[in-house]
Amino acid sequence: MPRPAREPRPYLNPYLGGALLGVVLFLTFYVTGNGLGASAAINRLQVGTLALVAPGHVDRVAYMAEMGGGSRKPFADPSVYLLLGTFLGGLVAGALNGRVKAETRGGPHVSIPVRWALAFAGGAIMMYGARMARGCTSGQALSGGAVLSVGSFVFMFAVFAGAYALAWPLRKLWN
Amino acid sequence: MAPFALAPLAGTFAYFVIFLLLGMGFGAVLEMSGFGDSRRLSAQFYLRDMTVLKVMFTGIIVAAVLVHLASALQLLDLSKVWINPTYMVPGIVGGLIMGVGFIVGGFCPGTSLVAASTLKLDGVMFVLGGFVGALAFGETVHSFSAWWHSTSWGRFTLYDWLHVPAGWVVLGLVVMALGVFVFAEQVERNFGAGRPDTADSPEAKAGLSFGVPSLNRRAAQVFAVSLVALAAVTAFVGQPDLGDRWRWIAPKAGPLLAQRDIFVDPAEVVELQRDLSLTVRVLEVRGEPEYNLFHLAGSRRISLDECGEAALVRELSSVPDNTILLLASNGEEGATEAWKRLKAQGVLNLYVIDGGINHWLEVFPPRPELAARTAPAGENASDDFGWRFSVATSAQTPSAQPDAFEPGHHAGGEGEAPGWFDGSRLPAYAFTKKVKLQKKVVAKGGCG
Repeated sequence: MPRPAREPRPYLNPYLGGALLGVVLFLTFYVTGNGLGASAAINRLQVGTLALVAPGHVDRVAYMAEMGGGSRKPFADPSVYLLLGTFLGGLVAGALNGRVKAETRGGPHVSIPVRWALAFAGGAIMMYGARMARGCTSGQALSGGAVLSVGSFVFMFAVFAGAYALAWPLRKLWN
Repeated sequence: MAPFALAPLAGTFAYFVIFLLLGMGFGAVLEMSGFGDSRRLSAQFYLRDMTVLKVMFTGIIVAAVLVHLASALQLLDLSKVWINPTYMVPGIVGGLIMGVGFIVGGFCPGTSLVAASTLKLDGVMFVLGGFVGALAFGETVHSFSAWWHSTSWGRFTLYDWLHVPAGWVVLGLVVMALGVFVFAEQVERNFGAGRPDTADSPEAKAGLSFGVPSLNRRAAQVFAVSLVALAAVTAFVGQPDLGDRWRWIAPKAGPLLAQRDIFVDPAEVVELQRDLSLTVRVLEVRGEPEYNLFHLAGSRRISLDECGEAALVRELSSVPDNTILLLASNGEEGATEAWKRLKAQGVLNLYVIDGGINHWLEVFPPRPELAARTAPAGENASDDFGWRFSVATSAQTPSAQPDAFEPGHHAGGEGEAPGWFDGSRLPAYAFTKKVKLQKKVVAKGGCG
């Protein structure tokens, strides 16, 4: 008799999840004076990797040199530690709830290769926009929103506006 | 008082662990809220499932209440907390681009990390794509650099914009968010695919519905009421005022005043102005009439009230690292008070001109036909203007810009010095140097 697959536990109530998120964010502000973030660290990983293969290029591009030029260490930054923690935290929570499983999730009418290609393209578009906006959903909208930055609220509406504007034309992707 | 100065710990294991643990908390919460699932994130945009909105807004209001409550209770110095600066137009365009990436890719950067960590392969692909996007931005930003730095409004908060105390803004935000949640619940009832707790429904099997534990009405009410109550306490207690801020720094800053360590001799001022590696900015806390009669070249007139306003503090806090800020009033009273107010708000490299303008004019006296001293020499305690000018000289006399003169190259340089300052020679006397340039701790945060 096959052993029944371990059922993933249900997700948290969104308000409870949000409240916990708010507490983590507050603690981050309280201890470090800074908010949470992800895109800066992804940027640093990219620059650091590039600096391994093409250090001269990183030195010559001003935007990258600021992070990884010369003797600067692009990985030795709080944002990178935070990213490492985010990854580990997700892994631990996923493992404890039986949700770590190699799989691809997407709309029911999208094949796996297409979903991967779209995820890759979406990731590229998203990070381009995130660097332009000086922060992503966590670093700009969430952290900036909690300390009442005007730009962060406007940014948040822009993200939702962009996504809602394209949701209908792209409905086949997700429905 | 928080936030703690962690910079000295940089490079140590403890420093690493602090950020690692905070990150773990963040990652765990995102995962447990279901943010590792692209279907759930994208469902937000088809109105089936409002989890993204609920989690994000709850996170924002809870953190906003706690941050501003801690600040009101004087546990957290908000002036040392990094607030994302506003770059309005690049922020909007970047946000719109991100929205496109969100609906195409199904994640945002933070959530994709959590998806990847739980082996969701679409999350892995999204992260990889993110590296390409970051690379593309780094390679192209130089071509629109000016635009990318445009509409820079700096540290600009909702309470700066609305001119409403921060606590009341927080309270308003909480009430608005609660309204949004009621609306979100209604939307889910209308458009949601058979929620809640319908793990066996066809929608759930197709991944379109999520077994969200149903809302416990009682718990929701308690949560909402306590958030409003905490926000109300924040609003009623109010944010620390200038007096509170001065009390925080008085143990350190008080002795500087008492030992006159911040009073810079006019001769040192000229020396600083001549130092090409420094930028000197003079702010005169004086009335308009006497300012028009005489003021230092390149100076700017400010009022004491401005010293309590965010705009001036923001401006003075964002000057380049090599800038020395000098305050001057007629005597010393106004400038000293301005020093206390600005210092309490964290302005660096801030000094007061010793003896004020009254003393300055004693050191660099104008021609006697232009002005005469009306108070006894050395009488600089009061803030009355101790000189009578026959015409308004603005900054047109040599006394207003002694640093502009090359000693000895002007008329009278060879012979006897006149009884007034004509630029031919600087008064030579011993003085104690007070200015020590302090470097700002670079505060870059979050995704910055």
